[in-house]
Amino acid sequence: MSYRCMQHIFLEMSVFVIDALNGNVMIFVKCRSSYCQQQKHNMISFIVVIEVDNEEGSAAESEDDDSKIATVYHTDNINSVRVCVRELLVLIHDINFLFLSVPPTPHHDCEDEEESENEKKITAKTRRGNARGRARKDSEEEEEMRTAGQRRQRNRRAQRKQAGNEDSDSDGESRKNKKNRANQISKQQEPSEDGEDDNKGGRKGRGKNETKQEKNPDEKGKKEKDNKKKKDKKKKVSSSSDSDSEEEPITEEELAKLKEEVEEKKKLIATLRNKPWQMKKKLDVLKEAQLFVEKFEGALGKGKGKKFYAYKVMMTKKWMKFQRDFENFKTACIPWEMKIKEIESHFGSSVASYFIFLRWMYGINMILFGLTFGLVMVPEVLMGKPYGTLPRKTVPRAEERTAMNFATLWDFSGLAQYSVLFYGYYNNQRTIGWLKFRMPLSYFLVGVGTIAYSYMVVIRTMARNANEEGGGDDTSFNFSWKMFTSWDYLIGNPETADNKFASITTSFKEAIVEEQENRKEENIHLTRFLRVLANFLALCTLAGSGYLIYFVVRRSQKFALEGLDNYGWWERNEVNMVMSLLGMFCPTLFDVISSLENYHPRIALRWQLGRIFALFLGNLYTFIIALMDEINLKLEEEKIVKYNMTIWEASLYNGTIPENATAPPIQVDPADVPRGPCWETMVGQEFVRLTISDTMTTYITIIIGDFLRAVFVRFFNYCWCWDLEYGFPSYSEFDISGNVLGLIFNQGMIWMGSFYAPGLPAINMLRLHTSMYLQCWAVMCCNVPHERVFKASRSNNFYMAMLLFILFLSTLPAVYTIVSIPPSFDCGPFSGKTRMFEVISETLENDFPSWFGKVFSYASNPGLILPFILLMVLSIYYLNATSKSYKEANLDLKKKLQSQAEENKKRNKQKAQQAREMEENSLETKPKQQGSKQDSAADQGTQKGRGDKENKKKTSHQQEGSPSQQHGPGPNAHYTSHGRGGSLAPPPHIAVTQPPVPRGYGMPGYPPRNPRFEGFPGGHPRMPRGTPNYR
Amino acid sequence: MGNKQTIFTPEQLFYRYRDLAPQLVPLSYIDKPDVKLPYELIGSMAELKDNPFRQRIAEVFSEDGEGNMTLDDFLDMFSVLSEMAPRDLKAYYAFKIYDFNNDDYICKSDLEKTVNKLTRNELTPEEVCLVCDKVIDEADQDNDGRLSVEDFQHMIARAPDFLSTFHIRI
Repeated sequence: MSYRCMQHIFLEMSVFVIDALNGNVMIFVKCRSSYCQQQKHNMISFIVVIEVDNEEGSAAESEDDDSKIATVYHTDNINSVRVCVRELLVLIHDINFLFLSVPPTPHHDCEDEEESENEKKITAKTRRGNARGRARKDSEEEEEMRTAGQRRQRNRRAQRKQAGNEDSDSDGESRKNKKNRANQISKQQEPSEDGEDDNKGGRKGRGKNETKQEKNPDEKGKKEKDNKKKKDKKKKVSSSSDSDSEEEPITEEELAKLKEEVEEKKKLIATLRNKPWQMKKKLDVLKEAQLFVEKFEGALGKGKGKKFYAYKVMMTKKWMKFQRDFENFKTACIPWEMKIKEIESHFGSSVASYFIFLRWMYGINMILFGLTFGLVMVPEVLMGKPYGTLPRKTVPRAEERTAMNFATLWDFSGLAQYSVLFYGYYNNQRTIGWLKFRMPLSYFLVGVGTIAYSYMVVIRTMARNANEEGGGDDTSFNFSWKMFTSWDYLIGNPETADNKFASITTSFKEAIVEEQENRKEENIHLTRFLRVLANFLALCTLAGSGYLIYFVVRRSQKFALEGLDNYGWWERNEVNMVMSLLGMFCPTLFDVISSLENYHPRIALRWQLGRIFALFLGNLYTFIIALMDEINLKLEEEKIVKYNMTIWEASLYNGTIPENATAPPIQVDPADVPRGPCWETMVGQEFVRLTISDTMTTYITIIIGDFLRAVFVRFFNYCWCWDLEYGFPSYSEFDISGNVLGLIFNQGMIWMGSFYAPGLPAINMLRLHTSMYLQCWAVMCCNVPHERVFKASRSNNFYMAMLLFILFLSTLPAVYTIVSIPPSFDCGPFSGKTRMFEVISETLENDFPSWFGKVFSYASNPGLILPFILLMVLSIYYLNATSKSYKEANLDLKKKLQSQAEENKKRNKQKAQQAREMEENSLETKPKQQGSKQDSAADQGTQKGRGDKENKKKTSHQQEGSPSQQHGPGPNAHYTSHGRGGSLAPPPHIAVTQPPVPRGYGMPGYPPRNPRFEGFPGGHPRMPRGTPNYR
Repeated sequence: MGNKQTIFTPEQLFYRYRDLAPQLVPLSYIDKPDVKLPYELIGSMAELKDNPFRQRIAEVFSEDGEGNMTLDDFLDMFSVLSEMAPRDLKAYYAFKIYDFNNDDYICKSDLEKTVNKLTRNELTPEEVCLVCDKVIDEADQDNDGRLSVEDFQHMIARAPDFLSTFHIRI
């Protein structure tokens, strides 16, 4: 008994056991005889029913009731069923013998009555019901036809048992071999048949019948052969299966084969979609296969899962649809995705990278805004004392008249100054409202948290980007993929299609630029010289402008000390003017300089960014210097005001109620109370004003520089003496570097200022939001794509690095002011304290248990902190070192892979060339070989012939190989041609030396199945097939 | 894209087919009428009309090679371009689509046509030439200066977004 068959039976055993509990055991057995095959009835199925009685008894055959072969085994113990199965197998084996001789009846159209009749009969015996109705029916029909045969057969069963057992044990091995060969043959037949189908021009439907006919004789022959062998071994009298009447056993081998065939058909059904056939053919094949499978499966009782399967498929589809919808939803949730995609498709990824950066900034600012708005502004508005109750919350009397003027508000003084937007408005009450909200603490923590969060996000993004960059992508098929996979067949909308065309063109252009950069091999010395020169020039410019700024700032400080009133307009605005002039001309200068360098545009952009960044740092420097001066001035002023305050208070008390000092303090209108200068609010105002003016400048530049220019160029081109569009003014390009830097510096302002102006993130949100729309519109409407559209680096870590730097720079002054400058005495949440951070220790004292304060003071002991810092530094150093080594290893591996791929490719190409040359050689020898092929009728002959051919092949390989040794990779290439690589390279032309194969693999029109290995004669597993065996 | 039905049944496809020319296509196919829709109708379908390769698609899938499709061809086309179709099958038909001159190889003229269709002739001839050379250089395994089916499949098997782009939803 072959292994497969055993498996099959044991598979059935599960059914067996379950039913044993019910008292009956039934097994469906199916088999196929070669005879049946011939008649196109592939199957005979019958039932073995085993009744389990409670009485003790030996296994005995039941009386043959007219429709079934029923064998009754008496078992009271289910464990012993296993033993019975073995006997059962023998039984089945015998039954196979039995049915060979019986001609089957067609069973396609069977009446209902018959079925119901059968049903009745069966239910009497078995409880296992409806699912197998069909099988039962089949079996019964056939049963009836062959009762005569059965009788005879059963008499011989006892003898057969022995024989069958021996047989199964002794030559299982040989059978397996045979089976394998049979499979191979059938597999071979199938493809060739397919090929022929394809060959036929019509390809429609008719293929099937013909192939069927072709197949049958072959199979018949094969089976005959098998049977013959069987016969010899068993030394039994049997005739060929051609004759109807005589008995021929269906062996387990055939059963197994049958099973395999069912599996094959099933696979065919499952993979029918994969076949590049016409629909009609597919339908035909499908129908046939389904019929086949249904017959057998139905008999086996495996078709039961059909409903469940259908349900599963449906659910999978639903799930897929849901997933896709969810994906769509997620993309729809990404703000401005479509806008950015559109821009990317027209202007390339470099311009899009700015907008992506802008969007990322917007996200960050949203968080910052949420923090300040939710934890500082809203609580103050809801629970703090309302406007007008305190001097710090009231506009002073002197400003009251102009407080609501637009000019004042625009300048963020007047009413705006005494509002929740600025530091000064907040009260130093420790807790506010019924929630006991710790306002000063919250204010402080939000200020620190904003900066900490920004650090975290920037660094995390950088790390992630670095990861992505390290991964790298496979660019070996860059252009091919662009060409063959870039068009999205889903596009069904003309606008989208236009965008897609544009984006494909852009991406091609980008790739071409990269390619040209790769190819560019120029005078390296000249380039180097030019680059050094350019850097020198840029440095000179930077140094010059730096000195100019320094000079101007010093001068303005001198002016300020002497009093600005003595000087004119220029002296007063000198710093601003110089700064803006530098900001206007230096970038252009850098642009000119960078054209010297001849860098790839992406690298050039980085240089440009770096240089302008350095220039802007000067801007920042002057700004901070000016601010510090002002703070110092205000602090001086504060001292005077404080002194005046005491005098004023004393005069107040003295003037009104001099005699009664214990009386409650008189009510003075808060507007009349004298104020300190409140330098924090002043700083906040400065930042807000700067942000606003920056925004205005940007917008005005966009509207004038881009929009009006575009309008002018577009419409005056009709009546101008030269071509405006391609000539001088032309349309503007999108200024990536300027915009990115503007964004970054603006963000620096936000970080610096948000501590003193909690409303700043809100204003910045507005700015980013509007500038997103305005710039998107401006780009699409008035800009032209860059001359050389280039691809942005996949991670914008350069932007991030600059942002991180600015973040660092902007935290410095903020932290300095918080830590070392005393807060104003009469405004803001920290008034009355000597330093702002004292709010922490205050909270620790009042709101936490005393032990916590102790622990904290111990923890902040320098003896603990210093070792901790040391430890951190060490771990950072260690991690850095390991990451570096990993990176190196990564790079090494990548390099290796790349070189290997290149080598492979080279080798392939070389081999192909060899093959071609060899083909030319072999064309001469071909007739001879074919002749020898025809001569060899027997096995040996062909074997030898093939051997000869292979020898020849080898020699020709060597001959071809030797010239190649002189150039190219040398001996390696020669060696590998015989090694593993040899089987990979398919020289399709060798196929010419093959005997005329009916439509082999690798020929055009053949369904693609195994592209890598097809068409190659040497390593093909099906090569050593014994065609002569058929003859 | 979002509101389109993604899994289509043959019935729906039939109605789609019939909607293209209700006067030509009968409602019942029991007696197997021999109906062909001309390419003009097929190419004007919403799913195809913006596709630069629509003519090639119709030609490849139609039995007569001229873009006139029977219902079977129509079903065939959508089955290959459906999401469920496997990569190999899609690659095979993609190859046929890009093989403009039907010689079973994608040669340089085919590539040039493809590029020009993809970019609407916006690249200069030199750029097109460069691109085609690069493609052949990348994908041609046996160095015969053109892409065979095997080359194509080898190349497309690694493409990250071939499967996601080479299908049509109805």
